Amino acid sequence: MITARRLTSKVSRLVGFITIKSRKVTMGKNIAPKSATKKDSNILSELIIVLAGEAGQGIQSIESILTGVIKNDGFNIFATKEYMSRVRGGVNSTEIRVSSSPVRSHTERIDLLIPLNDDAIPHLKNRISSKTVVIGDNTQVHYDKLVNIPFQRMATELGDAIYSNIIAVGVICGILKVLEEKLYIEIKTKFINKGEEVVAKNIEAAKSGYAIGRELNKNKIVNCVIAKNSSIKDDILINGSEAVALGAIAGGCDSVFAYPMTPGTGVFTALAGYSNKMGLVVEQVEDEIGVMNMALGAWYAGARAIVSTSGGGFALMTEAISLAGAIESPAVVHLAQRPGPATGLPTRTEQGDLNLVLYAGHGFFPRIILSPGDVKEAFFLTQQAFNMADKYQVPVFILTDQYFTDSYYNIQQFKIESLTVEKNIVETNDSYKRYLLTKNGISPRGIPGFGTGTVCVDSDEHTEEGRITEDLDGVRLKMADKRMKKLNLIKKVAMKPVLIGNKKYKTLIISWGSNCNTIIEAMKIINNRDISFLHFPQVYPLPKVTGAYLKKAKKLILIENNQTGQFGDLIQMETGIAITNRVLKYNGMPFSVEELKKVLEK
Amino acid sequence: MENIFDRKGETAWCQGCGNFGIRNIVLKALAELGLKRNEVVYVSGIGQAAKAPQYYDVSYFNGLHGRSLPPAAGIKAANPSLNVIIESGDGDMYGEGGNHFIHAIRRNPNITVIVHNNMVYGLTKGQASPTSRIGFQTPIQINGVSETPINPLALAIALDASFVARGSAGEPEKTKDIIKRAISHKGFALVDVFQACVSFNKINTHKWFKEHTYFLEDSYDYKDKNMAFKRALEEDPMPLGIFYINENKTVFEDNLAAYKGSKEPLYKRNTDMGKLKELLEAKK
Repeated sequence: MITARRLTSKVSRLVGFITIKSRKVTMGKNIAPKSATKKDSNILSELIIVLAGEAGQGIQSIESILTGVIKNDGFNIFATKEYMSRVRGGVNSTEIRVSSSPVRSHTERIDLLIPLNDDAIPHLKNRISSKTVVIGDNTQVHYDKLVNIPFQRMATELGDAIYSNIIAVGVICGILKVLEEKLYIEIKTKFINKGEEVVAKNIEAAKSGYAIGRELNKNKIVNCVIAKNSSIKDDILINGSEAVALGAIAGGCDSVFAYPMTPGTGVFTALAGYSNKMGLVVEQVEDEIGVMNMALGAWYAGARAIVSTSGGGFALMTEAISLAGAIESPAVVHLAQRPGPATGLPTRTEQGDLNLVLYAGHGFFPRIILSPGDVKEAFFLTQQAFNMADKYQVPVFILTDQYFTDSYYNIQQFKIESLTVEKNIVETNDSYKRYLLTKNGISPRGIPGFGTGTVCVDSDEHTEEGRITEDLDGVRLKMADKRMKKLNLIKKVAMKPVLIGNKKYKTLIISWGSNCNTIIEAMKIINNRDISFLHFPQVYPLPKVTGAYLKKAKKLILIENNQTGQFGDLIQMETGIAITNRVLKYNGMPFSVEELKKVLEK
Repeated sequence: MENIFDRKGETAWCQGCGNFGIRNIVLKALAELGLKRNEVVYVSGIGQAAKAPQYYDVSYFNGLHGRSLPPAAGIKAANPSLNVIIESGDGDMYGEGGNHFIHAIRRNPNITVIVHNNMVYGLTKGQASPTSRIGFQTPIQINGVSETPINPLALAIALDASFVARGSAGEPEKTKDIIKRAISHKGFALVDVFQACVSFNKINTHKWFKEHTYFLEDSYDYKDKNMAFKRALEEDPMPLGIFYINENKTVFEDNLAAYKGSKEPLYKRNTDMGKLKELLEAKK
């Protein structure tokens, strides 16, 4: 055991080591939490870092430099954030998991907390344990167990308080023993536009931080040894929004229409960022009503458009979703969910809009709803969404949420070589009929300007030619049945759920969307071969096999990030199987690994 | 000579409706401009006027009430070479679609917007429209309209619209010329067209429009925005003609990144998987 006395001597060693311009840097009194006093069997092979502070204090700039450097040096990384709906002030936090094995989900645990203000500590009080090391500047943060690093003074001595964030980056890199060169190269790349002096000062700041970090690690105040794997540097670091945006491009998406709304804006921003390179149409429309109608106009004339929004914005789109149903237009809608009703919690997460998407729009018409469980699935599902929308001439929804869109981690590069963009457009002739009645309900889709025919689409019930009709027992029934035929066709090819775990299970977890990785991690910890997990990349229509999977289980557990279990209700409606054991969370935060571990231990 | 855009057959319009007059004017304009049938796309919302595309032999997107403008911009974004014409009514364009009207003017796609303005709702049987005049009595506004009517021309000029004009179903020749100018104009072109509703508006009749309108004089300078605004505010009689043209505006579709390198419509293009690969590599 390291005694308190020995700890004190460590502090003095640190003090001796860290000096800037001959002024001593003092460390806090109660320098280390108890964890540091334990034996080395407690060395962490993963470090969970949380940065917390006001909006505008620089959490994001610390994060952006840090995560790139860490990943490129061969560490596995996962980052997610929770933040308030404000541009300045409040308390936001970013969780960064650094590990020797892949990490892809949110945890309660915090190993290293770097608060940038006093409010951060009470904000995270439920997650701070006796093992959490809290480091910060005691002129800004008042906490009895604070490991004091005078960020402000060090930065001021370098010439500007702004350097304190880079010092913090240096500290973390020092703790992790990141290859110093990599850190300095990253800083150089980041600041090169601001001139040599800025680069030099930032490197100096990072160096001073790095030295402190090394001491904290060597002296086991932050006791971690995380193995590096050089192949990780070839991984990509990508968040949910970027995965959807890039997947869209892979699906032949050539245009995006949107009205900014958190958390749907990420996909819009990403596509706008790629637009000059890829030659995309990007339009910020006056409202979501206009967004969806404009997207349908674009599809009608041969584009492959995506819209991105959240629940409130989607509510405005619903009339045009019904229009897509009537005119049999393809459409791809990305909806990143946040808690409602109404404005709700604008920057928080929930899976509360499944029913909204399922029933959006008056009248009956077929649709497809997809919901990715990880960034890779988001990329490939979005790619497929475009082909599905075009083939079946229906709206396809990609349901994500704030937690999903804002979280990122390293993952192997996506293989795109075998992907195909399937365009289902025909050249028209003089006798072309947009709604030609066919055996399977799908009419060849012409577009205006390609061929000699006219392409007439009408929100009214229409004839095969696309003209208004009130022939109730003739045309109306035929058209309604035609639309229903497409649903039957879509049902037949519905994507199968993914079974994770043993095929011979006693307990089956049912879930969808962003809970996927958290459930998988909790299962790994529990390591119970009787428990398996059924993840649904396609939540509607459900494939026929769904019922068979459910019937095999002795116990079913439904896990959803909403108040009522909307997916459970849908499963019951489609299969007749009621899942009464429902684990639901609706406080605006995602499930954590610890929470789900408890659920599975029961 | 047969008009390639003419689609003969029954319509849902009342006998004597001003819509017929506008239809004839538009048919002549299209033929005289020598447009090809497969390069014209009609867009409309909902209402009696919005049924107009049904009665032409063209491709059309007959969408939702008030929503003709967004799909029209979407069509131009997908294929700028298409000649996009909107025909809809005053309720559809200035009421339900009011927000889109404002922003479409700002967006400035190269489209022509012909608004049948009869100062009343026809399809829903006689309620006030955004252009109904003060005092106009209806089964809903039983004590007469009290809300200030929209002045679409003044609104469009205030927003610096690219082309602003007003015609009348009762003035076929001059209105045809205005519509031809509007279609040929590059940018958002508004042509508000007065017409009578023979079933639900017994005040603003064919005769009334004749008596309360006149054409802007030949010497009128449509490039003078202040003057255009002033003339648009004239209430009785109301001027007809081209009020304002601003040729210095850039066009929506020309500004899109999609058309900086290539003018090809989107449907002819293939995704550049090599560039996508580069974007993915940049995530390393």
